Amino acid sequence: MHGLAFDIAHFLAGGMVVVSFLMLYQDRLSALINVFALHSLVLVLAVGWQATIQDAHHLYVTAGIALVFKAIIIPTALHRIVRRLGIHRTLEVVGGVGLDMLAGAALVALAILVMLPVTATTDALAREDLAFALAVLLLGLLLMITRQNAVSLVVGFMSLENGLVLAAAGARGMPLAVEISIAFSVLIALIVIGVFLFRIRERFDSVDMQAMDTFREERRK
Amino acid sequence: MSNLGVMAVTVLLAVPATAALLLALLPDYRIGARLNVSAALLSLLAAAALLWMKPEPNLYLRVDDFNIYLIVLNNLVSFTTSVFSASYIAHELETGRLTPVYLRFYHAMYQALIFAMNLAFLANNIGLMWVAIELATLITVLMVGIYRTRAALEAAWKYFILGSLGIALALFGTILVYLAAQPVMGEGLPAMAWDQLLAGAGSFDPALLNLAFVFLLLGYGTKAGLAPLHAWLPDAHAEGPTPISAVLSGLLLNVALYAVLRFKMLMNANPSALAPGPLMVGLGLLSLLFAGLMLYRRGDIKRLFAYSSIEHMGIITFAFGMGGPLANFAGLLHMTLHSLTKSAIFFAVGHISQVKGTQRISTIRGLTVTHPALGWGLVAGVIAIAGMPPFGIFMSEFLVVSSTFARQPLLALLLVLGLLLAFGTLLWRLHGLAFGKPDSGPAMPVQAGILPMLAHLALVLIAGVWLPGPLVAWFHNVAVLLG
Repeated sequence: MHGLAFDIAHFLAGGMVVVSFLMLYQDRLSALINVFALHSLVLVLAVGWQATIQDAHHLYVTAGIALVFKAIIIPTALHRIVRRLGIHRTLEVVGGVGLDMLAGAALVALAILVMLPVTATTDALAREDLAFALAVLLLGLLLMITRQNAVSLVVGFMSLENGLVLAAAGARGMPLAVEISIAFSVLIALIVIGVFLFRIRERFDSVDMQAMDTFREERRK
Repeated sequence: MSNLGVMAVTVLLAVPATAALLLALLPDYRIGARLNVSAALLSLLAAAALLWMKPEPNLYLRVDDFNIYLIVLNNLVSFTTSVFSASYIAHELETGRLTPVYLRFYHAMYQALIFAMNLAFLANNIGLMWVAIELATLITVLMVGIYRTRAALEAAWKYFILGSLGIALALFGTILVYLAAQPVMGEGLPAMAWDQLLAGAGSFDPALLNLAFVFLLLGYGTKAGLAPLHAWLPDAHAEGPTPISAVLSGLLLNVALYAVLRFKMLMNANPSALAPGPLMVGLGLLSLLFAGLMLYRRGDIKRLFAYSSIEHMGIITFAFGMGGPLANFAGLLHMTLHSLTKSAIFFAVGHISQVKGTQRISTIRGLTVTHPALGWGLVAGVIAIAGMPPFGIFMSEFLVVSSTFARQPLLALLLVLGLLLAFGTLLWRLHGLAFGKPDSGPAMPVQAGILPMLAHLALVLIAGVWLPGPLVAWFHNVAVLLG
């Protein structure tokens, strides 16, 4: 378990955290989607590597599903949505990119501080994987909170789910059924998202989340 | 015996799934509505049959003392709601809020939702349970947005984002539970089967289990509408079709809470893990007090009762958090009665808002004069939900309060404060709705089916006066199981 195999797994999982950071400072939608595709690609490599070193063939299926859906179909679909809705413009970041990066760094530290002491008894590989997975999850959350645009909200959510898949792959021998269903649910989610984005655009003339916020009951009078 | 049990379980899953497919293909909405009712009735019969013959649990599905009554309750309320829905949607079609195509979609989704909820209750595998709850979430998102108005879209979108987030956190928690179990139980399916987890929970790594429970509580707690993660709930209730509000409040919140309770039992089985009680007590009290305060300024009738659902979920979570046989007993009873009462209220509210053509409380007045059956039904429902005798909720709330007073008087004070807040607001609102001077606004004729509402209220009334022996025995059993 040690030596090169461990180092590569570590490198790939760490790579996902780095790509999560890349997403944090993208200021154009199409660039954000491209970085998300890269994120998924690193996930595919990480899961594939886990499959090799754990000798768990079902993980290749997971990696394959991630490759087809998350690295190819979803980014393409999102690009198309962005083009058809005509929203290439610059993304607004609440609080500024600098603050975002600092918060991101703090979250990664938090993930490691929480995860490492708790998982002292599990094997080193699962341990590091889980710490990185939690970091990716938290960074995805941060991305969701600090963007105003519905499409970037979706990208944030998908990157969060990448973190979940990473965690599931790190958990040795987790049954395949779960992973397939995750992939499946992501697909359904994409359909739902697509339908919604078009409808929101149609009704609100914008996919900016602030436009939607006026409908809470308190302000409807 | 157990073969019949296996058959009943198969029916519970296969009938809604097949019905969903059929309904998606069936063009005529009248036949669709009837098929919807009959499929729900069939599931109810299968659920009732399970009471007498339980199948052997396997690695995926399991029927035990805890989930069996919830399964029956789930199918009972889905059945009555489908009856209500049949009279409700006919009117929606007349007013043009729904087109036949959307209605077809609506019926198919309704059965798919029953399938997902039955699966969540039956699941023995924590991964499968998660999948079922996720499926239920996605289906309800689509249902909430079905009217395609701006407000409905906003509500559905908010529900989608918050619901998926909760579901994602719950999945992370589920993975952590697996990781905690894996060194003890070995790899693969047994480490995800709930009954085997419970048997081995004593030797799991407590730190990992603690972390898992926090994620699970937050994740499934979002789905149960606990404050501060409740933001989706009032919108989703107010903007979707009323039968869906009834199912959301009456059933789906229970499903999420059931998941939390399953994991609470795991935590209890491990002596060195964190005690889950205080966390649940805290979240429960927060929800109760928050909802109590928020009830006061609601202007929309469905939103009012949505906040009341948050309040009651708070009470139930609080009761289970306190733990012990008496509080657990009260929690189980309250869970059952809240489902019945709240769906009855939504049945009444659905027809009322159709009659009046609005959901604004200020424009609905004097219902007991203009629409006696609906008006008095609402009065009875609100009296029941506010916790007044002779209805059953009085008894369960009384049990929660008295068991808390005996152990933690200070917490009981907060609890009573929350209960009184909600009580006062609901009755004050009811006064205007039911007894105010009726305005001469246009009243649309509605074919109101009041039978489902009456049936629920009668059950709640009977529960308040007399609980059947076997039911009490079951509540006791499960209360002890829950620890």
